[in-house]
Amino acid sequence: MPKDHGIGASMKRREDVRFLTGRGQYTDDVSLHGQTHAVMVRSTVAHGRIRSIDTSAAAAMPGVLAVFTGEDFKDMGGNPAGWLINSRDGTPMREPKRPVLAHGKVRHVGDAYAAVVAETYAQARDAAEQLAADTEIEELPAIVDMAAAVADSSNRVHDEIPDNLCFDWGWIEDNRAKVDEVFKSAPHVTTLELVNNRLIPNAMEPRASIGEYFPGTGDYRLTTTSQNPHLHRLLIAAFVMGIPENKLTVVAPDVGGGFGSKIYHYGEEAVVLAAAKKLGRPVRWTAERSESFISDAHGRDHVTKIELACEKDGTFLAFRTATLANVGAYLSNFSTATPTFLHGTLMAGPYKVPNIYVNVKTVFTNTVPVDAYRGAGRPEATFSLERIIDKMCRELNLDPFEVRRKNFITPDMFPYTTPVGLAYDTGNYGATLDKAMEIGDVAGFEKRRAESAKKGRLRGMGLSTWIEACGIAPSHLVGVLGSRVGLYDAATVRVNATGNISVMTGAHSHGQSHETVFAQIVAEKLGVPESAVEIVHGDTSKIPFGMGSYGSRSLAVCGVAVTKAIDKIVAKGKKIAAHMLEAAEEDISFADGKFSVAGTDKAKTFGEIAFSAYVPHNYPLETLEPGLEETAFYDPANFTFPAGAYICEVEVDPETGKVDICSFACADDFGNIMNPMVVDGQVHGGVGQGIGQALLENTSYDENGQLLTGSYMDYAMPRASDVPFYTVDYSCQTPCTHNPLGVKGCGEAGAIGSPPAVVNAVIDALHRGGLTHVKHIDMPVSPSRVWSAING
Amino acid sequence: MHNFEFVKPSTIAEAVKALAREDAQALSGGQTLMPTMKQRLAAPAVLVSLTGIPEMRGVCRNGDALEIGAATTHAEVAREAAAAYPALAGLAGGIGDPAVRNLGTIGGSLANNDPAACYPAAVLGSGATVVTSKREIAADDFFQGLFSTALEEGEIIISVRFPIPERAGYAKFEQPASRFALTGAFVAKYASGVRVAITGAGQDGVFRWSDGERALSASYAADALSGLSVSPDGLMADLHGTPAYRANLVKVMTQRAVRAS
Ligand SMILES: Cc1cc2nc3c(=O)[nH]c(=O)nc-3n(C[C@H](O)[C@H](O)[C@H](O)COP(=O)(O)OP(=O)(O)OC[C@H]3O[C@@H](n4cnc5c(N)ncnc54)[C@H](O)[C@@H]3O)c2cc1C
Repeated sequence: MPKDHGIGASMKRREDVRFLTGRGQYTDDVSLHGQTHAVMVRSTVAHGRIRSIDTSAAAAMPGVLAVFTGEDFKDMGGNPAGWLINSRDGTPMREPKRPVLAHGKVRHVGDAYAAVVAETYAQARDAAEQLAADTEIEELPAIVDMAAAVADSSNRVHDEIPDNLCFDWGWIEDNRAKVDEVFKSAPHVTTLELVNNRLIPNAMEPRASIGEYFPGTGDYRLTTTSQNPHLHRLLIAAFVMGIPENKLTVVAPDVGGGFGSKIYHYGEEAVVLAAAKKLGRPVRWTAERSESFISDAHGRDHVTKIELACEKDGTFLAFRTATLANVGAYLSNFSTATPTFLHGTLMAGPYKVPNIYVNVKTVFTNTVPVDAYRGAGRPEATFSLERIIDKMCRELNLDPFEVRRKNFITPDMFPYTTPVGLAYDTGNYGATLDKAMEIGDVAGFEKRRAESAKKGRLRGMGLSTWIEACGIAPSHLVGVLGSRVGLYDAATVRVNATGNISVMTGAHSHGQSHETVFAQIVAEKLGVPESAVEIVHGDTSKIPFGMGSYGSRSLAVCGVAVTKAIDKIVAKGKKIAAHMLEAAEEDISFADGKFSVAGTDKAKTFGEIAFSAYVPHNYPLETLEPGLEETAFYDPANFTFPAGAYICEVEVDPETGKVDICSFACADDFGNIMNPMVVDGQVHGGVGQGIGQALLENTSYDENGQLLTGSYMDYAMPRASDVPFYTVDYSCQTPCTHNPLGVKGCGEAGAIGSPPAVVNAVIDALHRGGLTHVKHIDMPVSPSRVWSAING
Repeated sequence: MHNFEFVKPSTIAEAVKALAREDAQALSGGQTLMPTMKQRLAAPAVLVSLTGIPEMRGVCRNGDALEIGAATTHAEVAREAAAAYPALAGLAGGIGDPAVRNLGTIGGSLANNDPAACYPAAVLGSGATVVTSKREIAADDFFQGLFSTALEEGEIIISVRFPIPERAGYAKFEQPASRFALTGAFVAKYASGVRVAITGAGQDGVFRWSDGERALSASYAADALSGLSVSPDGLMADLHGTPAYRANLVKVMTQRAVRAS
């Protein structure tokens, strides 16, 4: 009998009741007395100098309350980058100021340079159009192509940065000479140039913000679509607006997806706060979908040359990569960490490759800023590795399954320190590969291929064995690596007098099911029903502190903080129980919701202890404070390292180039599983996004920096009919060794592991169909690209 | 969206009169016009709804022809034309998603003449007649380039009359994002010969593929097209396909339409 509640049970999501019945409360659902409406005025050119803005006509229009331009915010701080990266020569990265509203220059289509606030949305929109008409922008040549950007110093995104280069990073620089040596003498070298395509996050809920200011106290309140309200508070208060942190409350109510794009602070948030103060009325702003396309941070966008040196039998000797990573027009908050410490450090994969050198040049262009997007850096690393390994196998006529297996770090080798600086604690890559081959029915492939061939379809199978680093930590390490924040988390467990429990967590759920899963953990640990547990998140005035949810860190960091707080609750409960039961504290044990005295039938229920803590009539008041509430901060000892093996099968229609995914098997090691149904959902969603990247999603700018894929008419999102029924398994568990839940994180895995499996499958299909001239197709592997590759 | 006045006449005469007002525009299913208005790319002062006029709705068989009211939704055509003209019903059932099919109409689609829309292929491929508030227009004269038709100012489509073919098929290769036709081929076989209309591929919108028509009129089989090659000249280039790719699809999709017929 599977468990029906507590850790490991596939409990239905409690949050779905409100989401599915239209009772969710998203930012745009919040309606405030006296509210006003803001509309941003955005650049329609990619690069230009603002010559003049005449606000007078717009300001005089009906209902208009205020007009703001970059000039109004020029004395505020810039929106900072969260990680300082040094170039190979030791110089720090170039950090141009990112203003609240563009000032002097506009640097991408969608760059907001003014804002209008009016009584109604329509009035604000009318005035915004007027303002745009009254603005003179001298268009400058757009800088779009990365290679051209670094080669041409006459045209600059930021006037003070001559070569448009943010930094030139080597990882690890000391490995470089040795790696070059190995390449010179290697028996075989495979080379591949590839593009990791830029993606637009497309969260279902667009970004939205409501600013309030309370003149009586000088307090600000921001209701916004955030994955991490405390980080927003820090960035806005300390860096941008220069107000005390305790004068700003940030609330992120229900949030409809983020995928990274809602980690970051954006200028609109400061605009609505400053406008609220000026007007003394709430100011709201909600992005239109077309604004989301041109103002939410995009993801990926790497151009990489990767080389693999190996023995003729496929034993890896070295990897060497050179990447151009697009950061867009400004540095978004995590944009410098993503192509570096979330990418270069993963370049060993699950393999025991002795020598690795990674070079990343990060480039400014006149495009929307690029930042972490589901997987963030790790999909880029995985794609490069898994694609070149496949290419090498073809060149040497080796079995891709066996080559990977031969190079795996084996279970006896843990802990294992890679040449790119990570220390993997545990894993069993051979086991997940075996499992994937079993659930993907590799043995039956040939038969299926023959069936496809009868229909005129080319069938192929692609493999990807991936690893990721989640729960970015510990703080002292990330500090050494350039992080400007700590990456611990916090939780408060408040047991109320009547025994029910409020848990304040720094994690933020915008689709991840924390309200369900965290309650299961608390219920299990305290022996209470889930219904007695409330998970509170997304409000800086209610939760102690938190770095939010991204990087698959919620459970592995925030969830562990919850369990640490629970441990303190239990420890205090034991003291209370010892007093009430007149026993020694050491003799009290806690299980199944009961504190009992060893060797006797004397016991107090958890509820009785909670009641006593708040009604301390019989209570050790001399030595113990009343109340039952504990807070814990948890800073992990290491990253966690989920890993797995994905096998994708496709059919290619050679006449049209269309790729259909026939099956997708995932064997993942996420450590211990708290709620299998939720893990299924995370894997399904992640793989769906990975399939989207591999086959469909293309962010295309023309040479003038105009976004050609600025709506769903041209930006292809994956739909239900584009993805198969997944086969998902996570039975090959090697629990994380350094957190008490033994969990590793599962939120990004699907998006990390799947793109190379899809592309490998397409190339496999073409080769098996005799089209061996096709060595690589860049993502998205669209019908026209496949057809052109076949016929090219 | 800007403010507008909304009128919903119940006769064609009233509709024509209302459309004579300044900045008036016809509104049918709104699946094209409303998004354009939301983006403020269109701002009519008066919207004249055509969906409340009984003569403009419904599917009706008259001998060898199927007459479809201009305000008939795609979903209605998918259902009600299924027996008489399955290829047409199948085309209508493959447009957009259920929400689009339950609102969007054949008249709106034809008046809009999107180069990637499906209906223009059926109308041109069937040699249908477009009946308007003023006259009857042969399909060959109706489509006049991208988003451009023979309709004059204030002229509305009342219905479309399709001669029912012996056999017909539609094969649509979907553009990955919009799921409109990247290239779609409509083939219809009549006693007088075979017509082939291609949508999604031409720089000037829907067109007839005359080499294909000749080959299929001589021998109605997919293989009859094998030896043909389609010139990429005049075909569209965009993110989703080059002219050469579309040229390939013209042939492949026509073959598939023949097989499906
Ligand atoms: C998500 C989505 C997917 C779609 N997918 C497809 C697809 O796969 N294939 C496809 O073919 N189409 C597709 N469409 C377009 C859809 O078929 C539209 O419904 C159609 O193009 C317009 O019809 P309508 O009734 O909505 O017209 P409206 O939007 O109401 O009007 C369109 C234009 O036609 C004019 N007009 C309307 N009726 C008449 C008339 N009787 N006489 C004269 N002028 C008139 C209007 O003034 C307006 O200029 C899609 C649309 C959407 C939103």
